[in-house]
Amino acid sequence: MNIDRREFLKGAGALVISFSIPELGFTQGQPDPKLQQLDAWLAVGADGQVTVFCGKVELGTGVQTALAQIVAEELDVAFGRVFMLMGDTALCPNQGPTVGSQTIYRAGPQLRQAAAEARQTLVQLAAPALGAGAEQLTVKDGMVSAPDGKNVSYAELVGGKKISRAFSGTAKPKSPDKHAIVGKPIPRVDLPGKVFGTHAFVQNLRMPGMLHGRVVRPPMPEARLERVDEASVKSLPGNVRVVVRGNFVGVAADREEQAIRAARVLKVQWTQGVELPRMEDMPAFTRATPSRDSVLSVNGGVDAALAVASKTHQAQYYVPHQMHASIGPSCAIASVTAEGATLWSPTQSSFNLRDSVAVVLGVPRDKVRLIWVEGSGCYGHNGADDATADAALMSQALGKPVRVQWMRHDEHGNEPKGVAMVMEVRGGLDAQGNVAAWDYQVWSPGHAGRPAANGPGNTLAGAQLGMPDNLSPTGADRNARPTYVFPNSRVRLHLLQSTVLRVSSLRGLGSPQNTFANESFIDELAHAAGADPIEFRIRHLKDERAVAVLEAVAKLAQWAPRPAPRGGRNAGAGRGVAFVHYDNYSGYAAIALQVNVERASGKVSVERVAAAHDCGLIVNPDGLRNQIEGNIVQTLSRALLEDVKFDTAKVTSLDWARYPILRFNDVPDEIAITLINRPDKPSVGAGEPAASPIMAAVANAIFDATGVRLRSVPFTAERVKAALA
Amino acid sequence: MTTITVNGKQHEVVAAPDTPLLYVLRNELELNGPKFGCGLAQCGACTVHMDGKPVRSCSVQVSAVKGKVTTIEGLGTPDKPHPLQAAFVAEQAAQCGYCINGMIMTASAFLAQNPKPSEQQIRAALDGNLCRCGTHMRILRAVRRAAGGAV
Repeated sequence: MNIDRREFLKGAGALVISFSIPELGFTQGQPDPKLQQLDAWLAVGADGQVTVFCGKVELGTGVQTALAQIVAEELDVAFGRVFMLMGDTALCPNQGPTVGSQTIYRAGPQLRQAAAEARQTLVQLAAPALGAGAEQLTVKDGMVSAPDGKNVSYAELVGGKKISRAFSGTAKPKSPDKHAIVGKPIPRVDLPGKVFGTHAFVQNLRMPGMLHGRVVRPPMPEARLERVDEASVKSLPGNVRVVVRGNFVGVAADREEQAIRAARVLKVQWTQGVELPRMEDMPAFTRATPSRDSVLSVNGGVDAALAVASKTHQAQYYVPHQMHASIGPSCAIASVTAEGATLWSPTQSSFNLRDSVAVVLGVPRDKVRLIWVEGSGCYGHNGADDATADAALMSQALGKPVRVQWMRHDEHGNEPKGVAMVMEVRGGLDAQGNVAAWDYQVWSPGHAGRPAANGPGNTLAGAQLGMPDNLSPTGADRNARPTYVFPNSRVRLHLLQSTVLRVSSLRGLGSPQNTFANESFIDELAHAAGADPIEFRIRHLKDERAVAVLEAVAKLAQWAPRPAPRGGRNAGAGRGVAFVHYDNYSGYAAIALQVNVERASGKVSVERVAAAHDCGLIVNPDGLRNQIEGNIVQTLSRALLEDVKFDTAKVTSLDWARYPILRFNDVPDEIAITLINRPDKPSVGAGEPAASPIMAAVANAIFDATGVRLRSVPFTAERVKAALA
Repeated sequence: MTTITVNGKQHEVVAAPDTPLLYVLRNELELNGPKFGCGLAQCGACTVHMDGKPVRSCSVQVSAVKGKVTTIEGLGTPDKPHPLQAAFVAEQAAQCGYCINGMIMTASAFLAQNPKPSEQQIRAALDGNLCRCGTHMRILRAVRRAAGGAV
């Protein structure tokens, strides 16, 4: 697939900006060596339209709009002139996967710089044409004007010419006080199509001659294929084809409903697999799992400080497996021929998935093109990559384009699950009621089982061909280290070397779990100290931005200082607070919420939520609010309801009845948000921070209402009722 | 051969009579609006109107279709939007947007029956439609807006 950018732009004149990305001051977060060598591209066409070739993709969070705002701002063109071409491995630079609330944070500065470079080039071209110095020229919506009123448009400057400019590094982005497009609530470009039913999700793509595929998965972990009875589907309509490779079994048919039926009817025998532990035993099983242990941070002497503390306290917390639970089950289309493979996929990782599917297919990666097409919201690593490898393998076997659409039970059953984690904290107070010692431990496997060239077995199809998988340790430690400053503290990670279910990244990775423990325990210590929970937190913080979000949320929630609980084991109304500095470098979010706990049923209703949020310079305030609301509601669902059920063989939460999520009758009456804009700080992401404090805020509010502390998620009515009994 | 009327046009259906209406709409009529979400009538992403009533097209056999089917494509267009479509854009009431077909089709049938609903009635009407992005607050605002009430 040697389709390159020049071919894409053939026939038309264009200014193409290409450059090696310098290190753009990423002082925190994980260094990505690729950032220093990739080529980024942006083209100003002869029609004045701007095409951005973007390696990041739209996952329903609005980054397509926000990134276009950044480009339009720096180029001085109307927002509507910018078109984002996203996630196509043949056309876009590899900007890394779209993960970790890092799209605006990482791709934003890259595109801002590229756009500033393009503007500078165009102004330099305009100067001789207008008979003025470049520094005298102004630009408005792609029209370059001289002081004497003469002007020339970007379109005229580009004309039919091909102009290629390498990155010079001399263009300076605008200072934020000059922003006219960044910072505005520009409506989402993708939204009208979604509201009028015309938007083409990957589930809507139709290829000529395409077959419909479905996959039959093993019934237990490590069950091996014994026998497929192809005769069992022979009489079915639709020219049913059966694909068997290694332990991979798929069926394809002419029509979708025929493929669904064939998958149901096909007789397959598997060997006995490996049994899963009992769900009830998970916390103990997790702690007993062999691990690689490390000290993440230490200061002072925790054990000595605990020995002399005025008060000590200890608690263990547990968050079970939870799932992404996308509303649209994963889907992909592949066309594999002798010349190469084309994949249409809703992946977060165009380049890494291309590389791993190339290994699965046994073809060189330069023969594989992955074209990203938007799917249902994923909130992390759902079944999208698996469905892509499924389609590729089946297309290779059948010599035709194959569309694989997972059924609901495929997605619930086979998507990689969010990780189950155990956290234990010991703490001590000094005579003044301040935290003297904080000793934190977390038991978790890694959270990143994304496919890559070195982990082709991270797709189900690859694993079923016997290829190696590779679970990266990323995420287990996310927000394990507290933002609070304690005189003696220690944070230890027990990185589990095996997992019970297949797991990978779910929104926030280990941050919601670690924040549940940290922010519950600080509340428990505030209670032990007889202090107001917000005052107690601020007392232990040095980071001004952290203090600012807590103060802002206190104001928004009209928080009157007092210790929790409100009074006795009464049930009824309660309030809770929690805070996170996401991933210890990204956005700040503080949540204060009000619950009502019904004693008779144990039902917890979250009635009002206040959120204060600081993610640096705000690019699109309405898009940001949308993300914060989404984080809050989705994580309320995780906190109150969600727990992936499994028996000794398999996941049994295979539909919405057995994996309920929050519904309209139970979402809050109100979510109020204070945005703290910091034009002098880099824009960091908003896709995850507001999710992390939710579980603890709810647990803290239940404690305030009832005096009962819940340390295992989810806080279902049954559990709360039992705890109150 | 089954004949169905969708968005005012008659179609002769090729699929077997027991095929769910959803697959006929998506694959034969090539409509993008109704979505496959669960195939179990649990999530509402596939909702269409049958003579104005909301039905889960994943769980209606095409041979059982009686009356006129309307999909979101037949509800309104960018030039002539249904008030709910205009309200969803005004409130920016979507994130990934996969569930939005079901939200709008369920709410439009509901508002046609109950043009001035209470907050509780709106929530109850949408309670069977699942959204995973957590866009509920905006969706509620959009429905209130379309109903002419306080947003």
